Amino acid sequence: MANYQDIIASCKDKKGGIIEAYHALQREFNYIPREAVAEAARVFGVSEAQAYGVATFYSYLSVEKRGKYIVRMCESAPCHVAGADKVLKAMEDYLGIKVGETTADGKFTLELTECVGQCQATPVITVNSQPVFNVSSEKIPEILSAYK
Amino acid sequence: MAEEIRILLAHADQIDPAQAEDYIKVGGYKGLEKARGMTSKDLIEEVKKSGLRGRGGAGFNAGMKWSFVPPAEVKYVVCNLDEGEPGTYKDRIICEKNAQALIEGMAICGVAINAQQGYIYCRGEYPFVVDLLRKAIQSAKDVGALGDFDIEVRMGAGAYVCGEETALIESIEGHRGEPRFKPPFPGVAGLWGVPTVVNNVETFACLPYILTNGADCFASIGAPKYPGTKVLTLTGDVNNPTYFEVPTNYILSDVVYKLGGGVKNGRKFKAVQVGGTSGAFIPEQNLNTPIDFDSMSAIGAALGSGAVLVMDETRDIVDIVTRISKFFEHESCGKCNPCREGTFRCREIMEKINSGRATEADIDNLLLLARVMKRAALCGLGQAAPVPITSTIEHFGHEYRRKLLQYA
Amino acid sequence: MIKLTIDGKEIEVARGTMLLDACRQAGADIPTLCYDPDLRLAGSCRMCVVDVKGRPALVASCVAPAENGMVVQTESDDVVESRKIILELLAARHKFECPTCEKDGECKLQDYMYRYGVKESRYDGEGPHFGMEDPNPFIERDYDKCIMCTRCVRACDGITGAQAINVKDRGHHAKIAAPFDGKLADSTCVFCGQCIMVCPVGALSSKVAAGQGKPAQNKKVLTTCTYCGTGCTLELNVNNDRVVGVTSNRDENWSPVNKGALCVKGRFGWDFIHSPDRLTTPMIRENGGLRPASWDEALDFAAGKIKEIKEKYGPDSLAMFSSARVTNEENYLAQKLMRAVIGTNNVDHCARL
Repeated sequence: MANYQDIIASCKDKKGGIIEAYHALQREFNYIPREAVAEAARVFGVSEAQAYGVATFYSYLSVEKRGKYIVRMCESAPCHVAGADKVLKAMEDYLGIKVGETTADGKFTLELTECVGQCQATPVITVNSQPVFNVSSEKIPEILSAYK
Repeated sequence: MAEEIRILLAHADQIDPAQAEDYIKVGGYKGLEKARGMTSKDLIEEVKKSGLRGRGGAGFNAGMKWSFVPPAEVKYVVCNLDEGEPGTYKDRIICEKNAQALIEGMAICGVAINAQQGYIYCRGEYPFVVDLLRKAIQSAKDVGALGDFDIEVRMGAGAYVCGEETALIESIEGHRGEPRFKPPFPGVAGLWGVPTVVNNVETFACLPYILTNGADCFASIGAPKYPGTKVLTLTGDVNNPTYFEVPTNYILSDVVYKLGGGVKNGRKFKAVQVGGTSGAFIPEQNLNTPIDFDSMSAIGAALGSGAVLVMDETRDIVDIVTRISKFFEHESCGKCNPCREGTFRCREIMEKINSGRATEADIDNLLLLARVMKRAALCGLGQAAPVPITSTIEHFGHEYRRKLLQYA
Repeated sequence: MIKLTIDGKEIEVARGTMLLDACRQAGADIPTLCYDPDLRLAGSCRMCVVDVKGRPALVASCVAPAENGMVVQTESDDVVESRKIILELLAARHKFECPTCEKDGECKLQDYMYRYGVKESRYDGEGPHFGMEDPNPFIERDYDKCIMCTRCVRACDGITGAQAINVKDRGHHAKIAAPFDGKLADSTCVFCGQCIMVCPVGALSSKVAAGQGKPAQNKKVLTTCTYCGTGCTLELNVNNDRVVGVTSNRDENWSPVNKGALCVKGRFGWDFIHSPDRLTTPMIRENGGLRPASWDEALDFAAGKIKEIKEKYGPDSLAMFSSARVTNEENYLAQKLMRAVIGTNNVDHCARL
């Protein structure tokens, strides 16, 4: 596992690239550890308060520990009319957690997302940003059981 | 007339968008070559003459926008690929089918304003598009198509507001995506304080066609005041929910009934929301309107991003608008009072109405709040957030009223 | 120069003048919450909006340059309606405990609600629910009074340079926070209290001065801070002949050195003034203990000893170490005493260290 200093250092030549660094950190850890926020502040020459403000502004960034698979339910209007509420309920039931929570085994974190731009195949969920199309509540156990 | 015209998507699925050679084989990078042979002034004049207007939603003449850029040592060309409007995925399609046209378009803009560096700000929901674009840029550089123009791809991280050009610039700079006040406009002081042209993917992708075929050719397509084509993404209760490229004088009802194959399950049409989630809801009586910018404005709607969400007779308008109000609450950056507090209260009142706890006074309060947000919010997000509410109260007021306390 | 019409009055201003200043020059009283002439502009509270003829939306005057030929109305129906609604929106998230609030009488939200007759908010949903600041001895932050003008963030950055706080999260849930939403004491905060100085409402206040007098009850006495040689101007807040707080005066004419900025000692370190432990008479050490003495006796005693040492060991056996806590003039006299009266150049000063 790469350490956070190296990951941040690999982005340091990108002017203003702290968000790129955060993405790189999340690809490794699925969230941005506290010490990495502080290190990113140092490397990009901003205050820790600002680096933290940036990390908490964007909904795809998290400063809280998350599961191995981040499952997101799109709840924008096209998915909403296609039955997103039912799918979400099915995921909550299957995983035994509510939105914003992580399963006890640390495998899944359930989040809501706004439109992921795959509206040709609603409703859509994403698993670690990969979209899954035309989801239905019945298909949820089969879809999620594929992630080990 | 019910046919697509494909300019941006002419070679969709026939070429590999990552490969510049493929694109060159079908006539790609000729526009850039032509642009390089022109003076900056002539080039901007040509783009102005084509009548190309911004496809991101504001509809500003692209050549005009470029002409405001003052001389400076460093300037930037920025492509807005934030595409956050729910129901919209046309920029993704343009990239996935024809990424090289976007790259060529940005380089043409670089020639026009004399900039050497471009940035593409791609939304965080599309990591695969980021990969594709990086490959496509590398390929274009490898074949020498870009000359001394370079493009860097930056990824957003889940913030609808970053589709607003100054918030987008803040985000590239590594800040919270809070919009700046204007003036100064980005054309004068944008990314890192230097002159910056920000255009949408679709706007840039039109440029190769304009340069290759001439401004007059482009200007003759579609609506005279908003010429060219528009990529639409059709969602909701239609038989054929996919994307189309149509001339801009295409009629909205044809989008729904001809391209879209009509309403699903044999049901009746109720409403269509055009331009994404900040767009107005359009009732049946206005369906016979061309989709171009000005025609849509004339009926109190907006072409916006080109998303078309169709709702059938069974749909609960108030429920959908309640969901939309939650979207804006979630996406407000929180900088200005009217939007930060306004979107929050809009959602509260919409939920109150939707759950049958509201009175007529709540509707009046919503309309008053909407008026203030439209007039006083700092950026387009707060100004447009109440549009779905006001347009549905106007056209579907009975659906609100039947949920009020006294009728429950 | 450019010409514009404000509330029917034609005025001339220099090119580059902001519309807010132009309006004020024309005599219009424009309300502002986020605007602060000493801070970088935000343009976010939208209270300063005005009606500019031909513009579809209202214009935030603090961030809009005045333009030639503009026709401006500063209190049109649209403007007043917008300001009222903005006030109601803020009121809905603000905890009104005015009777016990430290800023009562000096609160801009209060002033503007009075001015526009906003008695209550129509937004009766979720009220303030943001909680309080962390424990520290100096700065009280009540999030339930915060109106998110971000003046504290901008002062922390632009005046003090500490950059200890920033906005966290977004939308209605955004709030001002130290890194990791932690304590100020664990941040780069230097507890200068500039954030309190710029806060337009009661969200930020001094814990040291709490409960000892409201702004209108206190007499403000300008003086020079005695802590160091910088010479900052501060305002002693005096109530019943007792110092109950320190604020600062931001008027450059009164406060030329610090323009209102203070450090932790100047702003919060004044509680010694009425301390019962404080010495109020000179003391003379005798037989290993101290006994009170009169000023005459003490001065005679010190002068006698100095004379004795000088006669016995010569003038260079004496030195004066002077303090930044006395004024420039007093420091001048101190070295003069050593050079002209004692006859030595042995003078030094704590500020030189």
